[in-house]
Amino acid sequence: MNTFIATIPTVWRQIVRARVRSSLTIAGIAVAMFLFTSVESMRDGVRRATEAASDDATLVVYRENRFCPFTSRLPQYYGDRIERIEGVETVTPVQVLVSNCRASLDVVTFRGVPEEGIDAIIGGDSEILHGGREGWTRRSDAAIVGESLAARRGIRPGDRFSAAGITVFVAGIIRSDRAQDRNVAYVHLPFLQESISRGGTGGVVTQFLVKVKDPQQLDAVAESIDLAFTTDEHPTSTWPEKAFTGRAARDIVQLVGFATWLGWGALAAVLALIANAIILAMRDRIRDHAVLRTLGYTGGLIAWMVLLEGAILGLIGGILGTGSSAAAVAFGRFGMTMEGVSIEISNDPRVAAIGALIAVVLGLLAGAVPAVRAARAGIVQGLRAG
Amino acid sequence: MTLIECRGLARTYRRGSEEITPLEDLDLDIQAGQFVALMGPSGSGKTTLLNLLAGIDRPTRGSLVIDGREVHRLSGGALARWRAEAVGYVFQLYNLVPVLTAYENVELPLLLHGLSRKERHSRVAAALDLVGIADRMDHRPNQLSGGQEQRVAIARAIVTDPTLILADEPTGDLDRDSATKIMELLSRLNQDLGRTVVMVTHDPKTTAWCDTLLHLEKGQLVEAETMEEIA
Repeated sequence: MNTFIATIPTVWRQIVRARVRSSLTIAGIAVAMFLFTSVESMRDGVRRATEAASDDATLVVYRENRFCPFTSRLPQYYGDRIERIEGVETVTPVQVLVSNCRASLDVVTFRGVPEEGIDAIIGGDSEILHGGREGWTRRSDAAIVGESLAARRGIRPGDRFSAAGITVFVAGIIRSDRAQDRNVAYVHLPFLQESISRGGTGGVVTQFLVKVKDPQQLDAVAESIDLAFTTDEHPTSTWPEKAFTGRAARDIVQLVGFATWLGWGALAAVLALIANAIILAMRDRIRDHAVLRTLGYTGGLIAWMVLLEGAILGLIGGILGTGSSAAAVAFGRFGMTMEGVSIEISNDPRVAAIGALIAVVLGLLAGAVPAVRAARAGIVQGLRAG
Repeated sequence: MTLIECRGLARTYRRGSEEITPLEDLDLDIQAGQFVALMGPSGSGKTTLLNLLAGIDRPTRGSLVIDGREVHRLSGGALARWRAEAVGYVFQLYNLVPVLTAYENVELPLLLHGLSRKERHSRVAAALDLVGIADRMDHRPNQLSGGQEQRVAIARAIVTDPTLILADEPTGDLDRDSATKIMELLSRLNQDLGRTVVMVTHDPKTTAWCDTLLHLEKGQLVEAETMEEIA
């Protein structure tokens, strides 16, 4: 074991002193791992936003056969009827206004909620980071802004900002476990209703957020709600929140699914890059290895040195690539928004750590065949080489 | 005391359909402390014999016993360990690892011996000092002359204090002055430190430092004579 450890500095010197080759290889690995980790962060964001959990207790009531907040219009009084359905705990009418109805990385979504409904939003999974509820209550044009949207737009409490033709005063910034909350601005429902069509849309909302008492009854309650309005002028379509997100953002989900292939392609590129670098290095070192074998190095020790070189190249490139990706995601706070539904690109350090680990494994895999070859090469033939 | 004992030693290669036998039924004894020159025309089996003595090639037939070890019977791993302990090899073209400094090249064999960094440092420094190249320890091979590179290679060969030093035309790529200095160095290792040296050479002038000449022809020993006999 001591021998294996003792050779580590020699392997390191071989990497460091072949500067151009090592730098190019590491740069290639870093770029590929940046791509892979970015795709994985998107996939993770989609998974978090759409994968149902056993404790999910929120339903979204939308207008049937409507897919955009501009066309989903439900009477606000539906809220009272929904509240009376068995199993429903709270109902919050929400008016949604987006600055852009198409898929985009920077969409501002306004959600209008009644004054008494704001507690259901900022309680539970959320906390106010800056500012407060009082400031929001005091002003009719006040907004409580999700922290990702605030970071992306550089918004602070006391600021005013405009989007989709309306201007709001920032009363507070909230942190939430839910991607939807992190990327929206909560404003007063009447303010938003009036802003959308001056004085003309009072009593109309985009959707209702319904909390159920028992998560196990989520589907049953959804069915009951839709049944209650099936013969109404405005029939509803009720979904568990994450299923609603998956449906609304299915184009994004499909794009991210396709991007997964890009991720796999990036891994293949890493494998090819490291393998190429090591094979070229080994070709140059046939005689060096024969000399080391003459000095008493075993084939196994030579194989270890080759594998270690691949792993180190993979590790450095992996750390640089995944670290850059994590930094870009953390600073950019990107959210993919479509039809007013946000899917945030995940900023989980585990994704970067797993990416770096995969790069090391790929480095080992890429070095495996050259390592076996170097270990089995004849010493005399090796000394004649070059 | 006999250090090397070869009996019926043979090595056969196959090149395509052709079978080549550079060494055939060689019987040879070399005493501890001798400085032996192996001479003969190209293809006579000198380097093949040297490679067998170094344990980097295996005999097809026969036995090879060095310092009481039946080298021909050792497994791959055991042979590597034996090489690390018992053999120092000097190549004609030095064969230093180009990305490593002189110090790091000499340190390479010591990495196999489980020594502390401090112990390694003192042995590398002593070896470089012995070959007169201590002031160049931080230079890479491409910053050294041929003679200096060969000194570093000799330091690498002796740093583990082996019983047997093997040299394959160590002066073959050097000018006359450098060759003389290298031969003086090998002679000092033999006479002052008592190391057994077996050297392949084409150059009759280098044999002046040896005490025994072995002539090989077509894979067989045709003549063995001491320098006293030649004189």
